[in-house]
Amino acid sequence: MKAPIFTYRRPDDLDGALALLADHAGEAQVLAGGQSLMPTLNMRLSSPGMLVDINRIASLRGIADRGEAIRVGALVRHAEVAESSLMAARIPLIALAMPHVAHMAVRNRGTTCGSLALADPSAEMPAVAVALDARIVLNKRGATRTVSARAFFQGLYQTARDDDEMITEILFPVARKNQIFGFAELSRRHGDFATVGVAVRARHIVGALDDLSVVFFGSEPAPLLSPGARDIILAADCTDTTLADAARAMTADMEPMDNQQGRGETKRKQAAVLLQRTLRDMLGRARIRSSDV
Amino acid sequence: MSERHSITLTLNGTVISAKVDARTHLADFLRQHLRLTGTHIGCEHGVCGACNVMLDGRSARSCLMLAVQADGAVIETVEGLTASGIIADLQQEFVARNALQCGYCTPGILMTATELLSRTQPNRAEIRDALSGNYCRCTGYHAIVDAIEAIATRRAEAAS
Repeated sequence: MKAPIFTYRRPDDLDGALALLADHAGEAQVLAGGQSLMPTLNMRLSSPGMLVDINRIASLRGIADRGEAIRVGALVRHAEVAESSLMAARIPLIALAMPHVAHMAVRNRGTTCGSLALADPSAEMPAVAVALDARIVLNKRGATRTVSARAFFQGLYQTARDDDEMITEILFPVARKNQIFGFAELSRRHGDFATVGVAVRARHIVGALDDLSVVFFGSEPAPLLSPGARDIILAADCTDTTLADAARAMTADMEPMDNQQGRGETKRKQAAVLLQRTLRDMLGRARIRSSDV
Repeated sequence: MSERHSITLTLNGTVISAKVDARTHLADFLRQHLRLTGTHIGCEHGVCGACNVMLDGRSARSCLMLAVQADGAVIETVEGLTASGIIADLQQEFVARNALQCGYCTPGILMTATELLSRTQPNRAEIRDALSGNYCRCTGYHAIVDAIEAIATRRAEAAS
């Protein structure tokens, strides 16, 4: 099918874009990479009155080192993030997750901020942002605010962003020396939408992992940070039974959706298996690291 | 009435100007306005990869980009890459190895291969990973991977 009729505007600066969003709130939609928006237009699942193309706004480009955090502007493509040596060195979870994001041609256009703004339940970057507790910067005419990723995602395609706001950048906190990360997902075809996935951040202490941030995605309406995971401490030499029990405890927090990819309860079991594998891998890497010390 | 916008872009090495409807995507502009029908439309929602073109040197889905967004861009389609001869070796290898049957997916796959080969000398796993964004319903992919791998090796040998 073909896209419905809309008005197309391409402002040259952020103020111009924010003015359009303010004057046409609820009707105007930001067009960045378009890799999710364009399919919905072509399939007539959405019909915004106006598209505000932000691709010419130079201030929204670029990955920048801000010391404690790395800034990713609204026009940074997935491919740029994937190819950034700065990101790979300072934020290992992104490097683990990025190979799962879409396909090459889609990564060349799709933006990381756009993925967060859409909040597709099966997308990787929202889960990564929640696991890392990234900060999302929202601008509207005359105002800026910063929202924690852990408060940003509110439900199926529902976020804290207001209609007259746009994400201008994300601030990903850089990994501390004692942090270790894991990522795994299940999908029908590599690069396709995830049936279920896990993104994990943990603290490496002597002989164990603690301070676990475990995020389930794909199966949930929005990325779910497991409340039970925080209190779990995993010994580096824990048995498979212990690991399975821990995974079961954490997946008990899930509220997986039934859909054509499977029943919710199936996904809970799949998540437990993914989580066990991921944690075992992380424990292995933690052990290698401690033997280095 | 859909509003119309003037665009100027470099297409297959030639600067062209046109007026396009805001809602027209790049693939329809190429095929219907310019009659460059080498770029194919399969799913029209970014899944199949048949509409891939080269946009500023990298592969992109032309069904997921508005024609008006191509204003100022450098775009190459399979017609341009064929005329320039820079993928002649790849095309000949596809023929030699029966890496196509109906051929509908081939222009899109050639774009993926063009970008992949321009960046690295990919191994089979990397070729398969890149091809995960292109559907071929005839070949089972094996011959396509063979053809791309053969060209990767040949170009590396020629460069050394």
